[in-house]
Amino acid sequence: MTTEDVLFDHLGPRAHRRIRTVTLWTAAGIAGVVAVVLAQLSAAGQLDPVRWRVFTEWDYQRFLLDGFVSTLRAGAVAVVLSLPLGTVLGLMRLSRRWWIAAPATAAIEFLRSIPLILLIYFFLLGLPAAGVVLPTFWQLTVPIVLHAGAVFAEIVRAGVLSLDRGQVDAGYAIGLTHTRTTTLIVLPQVLRSLRPALVSQVVRVIKETSLGYVVSYPELLYSGKILGEFTGDFLQAYIGVAVLFVAVNIALSQLAEYLDRRSKT
Amino acid sequence: MSVIADYQDELLGGMLTTIQLSIVTFPLAFVLGVLLSVLRLCPVPLLRAVGTAYVEVVRNAPVLVLIAVIVFGLPEVGLTIPLFTCVVVGLSMYFACYVCETVRSGIRSVSVGEIEAARALGLATSAVFRTVVLPQSLRSMVQPLATIFINIVLGSALGAAMGVHELTGTVRSVNLLEAQPILCFALAGLGYLVMTLTIGHTAGVIERRVRVVR
Repeated sequence: MTTEDVLFDHLGPRAHRRIRTVTLWTAAGIAGVVAVVLAQLSAAGQLDPVRWRVFTEWDYQRFLLDGFVSTLRAGAVAVVLSLPLGTVLGLMRLSRRWWIAAPATAAIEFLRSIPLILLIYFFLLGLPAAGVVLPTFWQLTVPIVLHAGAVFAEIVRAGVLSLDRGQVDAGYAIGLTHTRTTTLIVLPQVLRSLRPALVSQVVRVIKETSLGYVVSYPELLYSGKILGEFTGDFLQAYIGVAVLFVAVNIALSQLAEYLDRRSKT
Repeated sequence: MSVIADYQDELLGGMLTTIQLSIVTFPLAFVLGVLLSVLRLCPVPLLRAVGTAYVEVVRNAPVLVLIAVIVFGLPEVGLTIPLFTCVVVGLSMYFACYVCETVRSGIRSVSVGEIEAARALGLATSAVFRTVVLPQSLRSMVQPLATIFINIVLGSALGAAMGVHELTGTVRSVNLLEAQPILCFALAGLGYLVMTLTIGHTAGVIERRVRVVR
């Protein structure tokens, strides 16, 4: 039984009438808002079909889809690299030796409390000044990996801490060392329980790749910018970008919810 | 070190803008988020659908895309609003989703048995909320809301990509003039660290104050 079930009674005839009235008013309100938006758009000449060619003509679509592929590539690389980094950092932070735990804690806390874009600016403007010039792709992905790794480390740590203490004790009882207990007993269970978190991690990273806009890496948002500058139709280009981002992330979020439900039953 | 002295005013101004952005955004996101959670909890299916659709769409779009649509899209339809406002609107719209989810899970954290008990005592829905649900769920929301506030502070740095001179943007332009990246970016990192630690610490204090001793 859910909270919503107990908060409200079963609806009687009067409540049903009231809900119908509210529904009608809401529908009218939504229609009104849509009408105002459309009127504003058409007054500004934005409804001209030519301006929406991002959605209709293949050449423009292909340009955005190329950007989309770059987004997915950067996202995939960043996820694949951030998972082991996060796992190692998380386990280091849990170590009983302070000289292992302290640097990991400092790194995690520092990375989590500065904005990703600052880190990206550092890689974009700071490192070249120090003589290290990375390709654009890595100027974007390395900061994302560091940042996402720190976030994932905390997820791993929470997972380990929430694991039944008896599992570790059992490991020691049959004579396993601390390392073997961690790798043979703790990690397999924690990583399995983290499957939904893994998918959310993918969603987070894909959203973060939109910062390619800052380093001029031609991912989806930057491609949208170029397309907008080329056609002059910024609104439509950015809406196209938003649609693609939202579509892939909703699909992934649904997957996360499905995994979450399955792991609970 | 002379960079700090030379650009003291700019850096402090940048920090102030970051604080302004965050302090204006948080209440807006909070109000919008609470409204959304009311929509998602109310018994009218259409309103629920509106709330769900908003959260699903906005939460799955990158904030920067949201801000870009506002910054570059609105002038196209004849609405010119200042950059600062654009960033505030974008951040509020985005973080409202997280506030909404926090409020919902806060309400869910109240055990069903307590609500049933309150109903059994004959309390009306409003009284159930006022006396049983909210006092408990508000307490459980302190930490998550602080996390959202911290994320708003960090998110406000995206203003730099749009030309708002908040902390990140200021440091970036100071670095362009002075070419002292390590010092400049470390300084900005320190600024954010101070802000996020302050919020985290304050939330901890509030949480201890309001804790129910069982």
